[in-house]
Amino acid sequence: MNDDAVLCVRGLRTELGGRPVLAGVDLEAARGKVLAVVGTSGAGKTTLLRALNYLTPFQAGEVVVAGLRLRPGMCERADAAALRAVRQKVGMVFQSFHLFPHLTALANVVEAPRRVLGLAADAAEARARALLDRVGLAAHADAMPQTLSGGQQQRVAIARALAMEPVVLLLDEPTSALDPRLTADVLAVVSDLTTAGQTMVVVTHVVGFARRVADHVAVLAGGRIVEHGPPEEVLERPRAAETRAWLGEG
Amino acid sequence: MAALTAAAWILGAVHAVAAGPPADALARMRARGTLRWGGDMQGGEPFVFQDPQDGRLVGFEVEIADALARRLGLTAEFVQNDWSMLIPSLERGDFDVAMNGLEVTDARRGRVAFSRPYYVFTETLVVRRGDRGAETLGDLRGRRVGTLEASLAFDLLAAVPGIDVVRYEGVEEPYLDLERRRLDAVLLDNIIATRYGLPRRALQAAGTFGEGTYAIAFRPDEPELATAVDGALAAMMQAGELRRILERWKLWDARQASLGDAARPAGAADPARTLAGFHVGLFLRGAAVTVVISTLAMCLAILGGLVLSLTRRYGARAARAAATAYIEVMRGTPVLLQLYVIYFGLAPILTLDAFTAAVLGLGLNYAAYEAELYRAGLEAVPVGQTEAALALGMSRGLALRRIILPQALRVALPGIANDFIALLKDSSLVSVITVVELTKQMTITAVDVRGWLGPGLLCAALYLAMSYPLSRLARRLERRLAPAPA
Repeated sequence: MNDDAVLCVRGLRTELGGRPVLAGVDLEAARGKVLAVVGTSGAGKTTLLRALNYLTPFQAGEVVVAGLRLRPGMCERADAAALRAVRQKVGMVFQSFHLFPHLTALANVVEAPRRVLGLAADAAEARARALLDRVGLAAHADAMPQTLSGGQQQRVAIARALAMEPVVLLLDEPTSALDPRLTADVLAVVSDLTTAGQTMVVVTHVVGFARRVADHVAVLAGGRIVEHGPPEEVLERPRAAETRAWLGEG
Repeated sequence: MAALTAAAWILGAVHAVAAGPPADALARMRARGTLRWGGDMQGGEPFVFQDPQDGRLVGFEVEIADALARRLGLTAEFVQNDWSMLIPSLERGDFDVAMNGLEVTDARRGRVAFSRPYYVFTETLVVRRGDRGAETLGDLRGRRVGTLEASLAFDLLAAVPGIDVVRYEGVEEPYLDLERRRLDAVLLDNIIATRYGLPRRALQAAGTFGEGTYAIAFRPDEPELATAVDGALAAMMQAGELRRILERWKLWDARQASLGDAARPAGAADPARTLAGFHVGLFLRGAAVTVVISTLAMCLAILGGLVLSLTRRYGARAARAAATAYIEVMRGTPVLLQLYVIYFGLAPILTLDAFTAAVLGLGLNYAAYEAELYRAGLEAVPVGQTEAALALGMSRGLALRRIILPQALRVALPGIANDFIALLKDSSLVSVITVVELTKQMTITAVDVRGWLGPGLLCAALYLAMSYPLSRLARRLERRLAPAPA
């Protein structure tokens, strides 16, 4: 494992109903960099991302994140403490956000630092307001999620994940649920985070998005990483047939 | 054509009602060939009951009815009727006469005509063995004394201020409650005391009070029937037939010697009583009991339902099975039966007072329904919500408490408000375990003022006043908490 890698995946295999989804994935995310996992729909990108915080269990291989290890066959009940420890270090932004509909935007962001990290109410609120300001939503702190646009909800979800000060931030198709105009807003937020040195793993099937944000691109096809490297190599001079197929489709 | 037929049918029905029974009841019965008499088998031995051997209807009143019918050239035909409703059913014309331990009380004399008496009873005061200091009715001040409603014993007790009179509908239950120390004494007819109270080894007779008679009740506008029955009764007495019947049932005693001279009870002027201010006060007190019992039971149901639904969803296998079984049993059996089991059935092991048993019975029953509402609520929360909470490093318990339950409750809340309305009305069932709440107060008052309409309307108005704000609240909750897009 590279010294710089904060996230390291080795030989990851998952099955869904007896059908292999990931067939041995190796992957590293370097500190302070953005890793884009790309590929066609159904390639297993989301499954891979969800395996990184064990929302989807895996049957073989391992994930090491911030020095903590996820093993195959862990159990939500028996390994609750170990899973919680990993998840506190790994932030996740879901494709459809999953904001808590009964809480305001601010309360969505306050909840985990306050209840999980045990921050004092005023400290948690100060942190949350700073994050909402950072994603450009200071004025919407008291709005209920369902009154916000998709792009705004996306950014609240990013602020909510960042509030735990994660070592790695996982983003699942951050632009797919958005109007193309709004992609720019998300892009701006992600660029801002890159500047601040936030390590990120972004799953996307949008070539342009990968080109703009990624430091490193990994192409997932048929449950394996078929090719990876800097975007200018992988996206401009693809070697694998699967990469060329995906680029042609995009 | 169909409409015409229907109209003719309705007109015919109205006509039949308007015409009522023909003037001469006796002639009508002779034409029919039967003496239809109303009673309640549940009154039990020795009045009218089913022979445990063969299910045949037996009892000393059955034999009196048979003998009377024979002397009138008729066949006796028994009509089963709830005991507390014998007089209203007689007035409605469901049978010709009512005979089932009907005591000749002032209230009844004002409402129906009575035959000459066929039995003389006294009131027996029963206490727990070893209890001293209850020789006179005055000694009962400040104590809880059980008796049957609309009985002479009730009138005797009600005339002494300061006695806490508890009303029962059955003859077995007051003695059970006396044994379990939920009562201090029971005052009932000596027949009942001898058969149901004194056989219990923990109980003893403390004395007898007053004298009263059983007689046969008629509709007041059928004097020729009353005269004929009286004649037949007198003939039975002269022939010694009544005495033989009573002796066969071990009911003959020195008091019965006066039967031969007893005249037919005179009708009493019906003091046309109306709803008075104090009735409204009693109704409000009944409504308060209804509110308090329903509210406490609902609190229990809300908490119990939550525990049940969470056990069912997250518990270990055995706990899940137990919760499921509980819910199915509670929803699949009548709440009336559950109240009986909790109050009377559990009494030998756990003697609860009536109020506690009422709250517990209703609460435990409704907990099963609330559990189902929570389940629907929990199922309505998308799985993504749990995942988002877990992904933030929350424990499952924290995620449940802070994220899942608040959303599930929003879904369940309108249903819970609706169930509270249903519970308010179901709480009327607790009158079977001697609690006097709103509906019971209504039936008591209806007997008091000899009419159902006024008390019924007042009772309905109070229920509506309690449930309408709740139903408004439920509808508002439904609108406000319409599932938000997650």
